[in-house]
Amino acid sequence: MIEIKDINKAFNGKAVLKGVSSIFKEGEINLIIGGSGTGKSVLLKCMIGLIKPDQGNVLYNGRDFYNSDKDTKQAIRREMGVLFQGGALFDSQTVEQNVRFPLDMLTDISPAEKKERVDFCLQRVGLETSGKRMPSEISGGMKKRVGIARAIVMNPKYLFCDEPNSGLDPLTSVKIDELIKEITEEYKITTVIITHDMNSVMEIGQNVIFLYQGDKLWEGINSDITKTTVPELNEFIFANKLLRDAAKENNC
Amino acid sequence: MSVIGKYFLFLGSLFGKGEKLSVYWRRFMEESVGIGVSSIFIVAIVSTFIGAVSCIQTAYNLVSPIIPVSTVALIVRDMQILELAPTITCIVLAGKVGSNIASELGTMRITEQIDALEVMGINSSSYLVMPKVLAAMFTFPMLVILAAFLGIFGGYLAGTLTGVITERDYLYGIRDSFVPYNLFFMCIKPFVFGFLIATISSYQGFFTTGGALEVGKASTQAVTNSCISVLIADYLLAQLLL
Repeated sequence: MIEIKDINKAFNGKAVLKGVSSIFKEGEINLIIGGSGTGKSVLLKCMIGLIKPDQGNVLYNGRDFYNSDKDTKQAIRREMGVLFQGGALFDSQTVEQNVRFPLDMLTDISPAEKKERVDFCLQRVGLETSGKRMPSEISGGMKKRVGIARAIVMNPKYLFCDEPNSGLDPLTSVKIDELIKEITEEYKITTVIITHDMNSVMEIGQNVIFLYQGDKLWEGINSDITKTTVPELNEFIFANKLLRDAAKENNC
Repeated sequence: MSVIGKYFLFLGSLFGKGEKLSVYWRRFMEESVGIGVSSIFIVAIVSTFIGAVSCIQTAYNLVSPIIPVSTVALIVRDMQILELAPTITCIVLAGKVGSNIASELGTMRITEQIDALEVMGINSSSYLVMPKVLAAMFTFPMLVILAAFLGIFGGYLAGTLTGVITERDYLYGIRDSFVPYNLFFMCIKPFVFGFLIATISSYQGFFTTGGALEVGKASTQAVTNSCISVLIADYLLAQLLL
């Protein structure tokens, strides 16, 4: 479980996050949604330690990330897996080397064990035949899948995904969503996803928080999202004409 | 001043908690190939032609009958060892290696590859930059030794082929009044310049924000700042060590 308490962050005097608090449950997919520039990515970066919040705490199973000693912080970091928006694969390494990288850097297991683990993760994301290819030789969807394989190679307790569907066709988006859902349920990890994609919200989102101009305006389960009375959230959800028409049909 | 302060903080971060020694060794070898071995061709071309031109131009200016012809070779040798091989080679390397380092790190920054390292708990500056700095400090002196040799050889080729100096005079000239300390001075310079070029370029790339345009700017800034720092350090070293 991850708990964020009163997260505040400002850049050059402009508040980007205004006291955001929430609890992200274990074994579930927690979504952070909102329009562009509402502070979703900043919140994620605050959670994974890339940006230090001006105020507030991030607790990983009760361990306060920002007020911990170096060793605890390091231990928490090793329990995280992060899928970045563009995959963030190392260009100079093959797919296999990218996935093996955390094992090489952070563990002392034997080369045979590393190979076994890498093969398993690549197989898990359906890329068992692409290990020798370079990141420049694979598609955007495959890059995301390699990113997922790298994120899960260390058996993380927490998985963070920054817009996993961005730049992908609808079919590949669904596949990536399904893969994240399967992994979350299989390993009972706490998954936090940032997205604007309403398909993802309706398909895999279990707990959803909605950010608007740095404030958390709504929090709940995905089945309740279309019944909301928050105008900003309504505007966000029903920006898509298909959803608007569907809502009219269902008298939402 | 804040930029200089940030630069020194960045240098401090290189010595923070590091990774396994085997990781650094592998990265050091990769960087030595990337920085050193891949620069041999350009260094060889530049130094050979500079040596050749310096021989021809020195001979052109030394027309007095009371100055022995072998002096041309002596001047070419000292110019190569004291200034041309270390400084010009490192200016060329500032362009080639400096822009490469800045654009590589800049691209890694904007594509979140550095963030990925940091999230894993890896000291990204130490992991990415330290091997580049060590590789530059290790390979630059070797490249400069090669440059000095080829510069003097270029002078020999140009001088003998054009007939401005005989082979005997040239070989006599390059051995005449030789000061071995100058070789030590020649090797100290690239050691310092390598550190400056690698750290300044890494600093420019590491803190790139934005997109492709900013990576280009960081690369240009890296070369400009590296060249200026090399020239300042060149003057200070000459003042201190000669």
